[in-house]
Amino acid sequence: MKSKKNLNVALVGNPNTGKTSLFNQLTGLTQKVGNYPGITVDKKQGSSKLPNGTTATITDLPGTYSINPTSLDESIVLETLLDNDNENFPDVVIVVAEVENIKRNLLLFTQVKDLKIPTILVINMADQMERKGIFIDIEQLKEELKTEIVLISARKKEGINTLKKKLLGYKNFDTNPVLKVSDKIDKAYFEDVKARLKGFTTYKSWLLITQKEPVKFISEASKHVIENFKIDQSRLKKYQHKETIYRYQFINDVLKKTYKIDHSKAKDLRSYLDRVLTHKVFGYLIFTSILLLMFQSVFDWATLPMDFIDVTFSNLSEWAKMKLPEGVISNLITEGIIPGIGGIVIFIPQIAILFLFVATLEETGYMSRVVFLMDKVMRRFGMSGKSVIPLISGTACAIPAIMATRNIVGWKDRLITILVTPFTTCSARLPVYAIIIALIIPEDRVLGIFSLQGLVLMALYVLGFASAIISAYILNKVLKVDSKSFFIVEMPNYKLPSLKNIVLDVLEKTKAFVLGAGKIILAISVVLWFLASNGTSDFKNAETIVTEKNKDSNLPTEELEREIASYKLENSYIGVMGKMIEPAIEPLGYDWKIGIALISSFAAREVFVGTLSTIYSVGNDDEGTIKQRMAAEINPVTKEKRFNFPAGMSLLVFYAFAMQCMGTLAIVKRETKSWKWPMLQLVGMGLLAYLAAFVTFAILK
Amino acid sequence: MRTVADLKKGEMGTIENLSFDEIPLALMEMGCIPGKQVTLIQRAPMNDPLYISVNGSHFAIRRETAECIVLTKLLCDEI
Repeated sequence: MKSKKNLNVALVGNPNTGKTSLFNQLTGLTQKVGNYPGITVDKKQGSSKLPNGTTATITDLPGTYSINPTSLDESIVLETLLDNDNENFPDVVIVVAEVENIKRNLLLFTQVKDLKIPTILVINMADQMERKGIFIDIEQLKEELKTEIVLISARKKEGINTLKKKLLGYKNFDTNPVLKVSDKIDKAYFEDVKARLKGFTTYKSWLLITQKEPVKFISEASKHVIENFKIDQSRLKKYQHKETIYRYQFINDVLKKTYKIDHSKAKDLRSYLDRVLTHKVFGYLIFTSILLLMFQSVFDWATLPMDFIDVTFSNLSEWAKMKLPEGVISNLITEGIIPGIGGIVIFIPQIAILFLFVATLEETGYMSRVVFLMDKVMRRFGMSGKSVIPLISGTACAIPAIMATRNIVGWKDRLITILVTPFTTCSARLPVYAIIIALIIPEDRVLGIFSLQGLVLMALYVLGFASAIISAYILNKVLKVDSKSFFIVEMPNYKLPSLKNIVLDVLEKTKAFVLGAGKIILAISVVLWFLASNGTSDFKNAETIVTEKNKDSNLPTEELEREIASYKLENSYIGVMGKMIEPAIEPLGYDWKIGIALISSFAAREVFVGTLSTIYSVGNDDEGTIKQRMAAEINPVTKEKRFNFPAGMSLLVFYAFAMQCMGTLAIVKRETKSWKWPMLQLVGMGLLAYLAAFVTFAILK
Repeated sequence: MRTVADLKKGEMGTIENLSFDEIPLALMEMGCIPGKQVTLIQRAPMNDPLYISVNGSHFAIRRETAECIVLTKLLCDEI
């Protein structure tokens, strides 16, 4: 039962019309991202107070150019609008159009309008009409389209209240279709379709029989009827094309009467920018510069907040240790939970800054130009121009990056992009790289300017991208996946980005990281804490055993305590596990302590640093940093430093390749609906990491 | 047969028809309708993809798709 006080409103519109801006203005921070049952499309909803106190639930349906879907996201629009019994079925639909692209926007409007749902047409960017020399006769347009029209400027918050007021009168909206295409195309055929598919209007039944993927809510009997109609594919195609032509004819006729544009006023900023930004040489130079600027800023701006978070959490741990009574619970909180949460929060600055850039580039319309420039290159490797966005986002976090692959049309293109995205150097690899580079690469400068350490880090980024591209190339040759892909990418007009849209977008993606990886990192932290603070009988009797052993040597108490702690760690469950895998990782140059860190890294890479700091801080009371402790570690067999150049390089290579992120595996499972692909990543990347590290160590040794 | 793929940068042509089976419906829905004028705005390196403007829409398509959009024959006065 729907409560009378609640109004269901659906937002429909082409991409780049400012639909999301309008959604943000209507709902602000009340918006939530959920899931549609059974599929992985994000469901964005929020609420809005209407003038008379009614609460409207606003659903932001995925942007689409037509009611006929070309992707999973777009199919939601059709599913939502066709199924009257669905809980999301709207009382009223807002179709968002934009002054400059109104012709194409109206195609979707006429399709929605013909569904006989109360519909309101919102024309966005009305504030720019004068500047662009556009005039629209609203009164006549209303009449021709049999609809309510509201002019708004979502960016400037103009017209939002008028829209809210208009929504309340939805029961009196004209729900007649604007044009009956069926009569023009083949009346007898469409009547037959309607008669056989009982309970649907002509247009709805037509939509039902033309969908490649059957709509979910349909009964088995109807599905059977639909299948029968589908046999004559060439007729369906022909009629669909005719329908589109008739719709555009209608729209052109209407706009001839109601829409005037003074072309002399239209400024040519767009074509000037396009000439430069899509230029064969400058286009690529500009793109490369933007990427470099982006990565540079991520490092520069994120350091301060990250240091702050680091200090805050270790202080919090100290403080809690003092305040809480000693015991297991206290240990769990101070050594398991607080550092676990800290390990998640510390990545937020980098991830947020990177997504700030990506969102800005998307908002301005620049990203489409990148897609245009990169498509041919990416296609050689079995991907699409659209794969560039996930690959760049992957340098922040693979989880939102993999979610960003959803608008790639061909399944094979999309699958390959999903499979290779985890190779890109994500922010969780950085702490591992940073500490190992600091240990094994001298602080020299090359040619007096470039820091050698910086160059090695850059080389690792390049290695990440290169391995993504090379594996895409191989997957493209190997994978036998049948999928049709086509490529139509709108080149929207350039816009100044809206701060509100960007902030909300960054919030949403950061949340995806915190919820996707965060929960797992936290859980693993607790498990690791348990494994490190419990152990075999030797662990429990560590104190007696060590004291017994050293009773003649007259050790100072401090030294003795250190020996005990070290003995405890060796015999804890995690120590036992580390020792168990030691023979396997010895050829890579690692010992059981690094083994422990490797095991824990399979939850998430950055845990490596935390684990090593735990391992080395135990039994080491001096104030030395983790780096100094690691540098002092000696390999007992060779008497050399444990973190020497060969072992360090081998670790870098291992971390560059290995799939050590449960959060990503979970997302890949969700997006590909199968365990096959995440398992392929886990095993394939793991083997590659092992072999590459083995070879690196063997050569450098 | 002249297609959108044959247009020079900045050149305009009128769509005669679309070879039906290969053309996705989405292309027509973006505005590629017979009788409409197409302008080629930019070519990416290797002539692929092509950035075109038609019927008030601006978008990029791959060369293989552009080859399916047939243009009317050039008349002398159009050159």
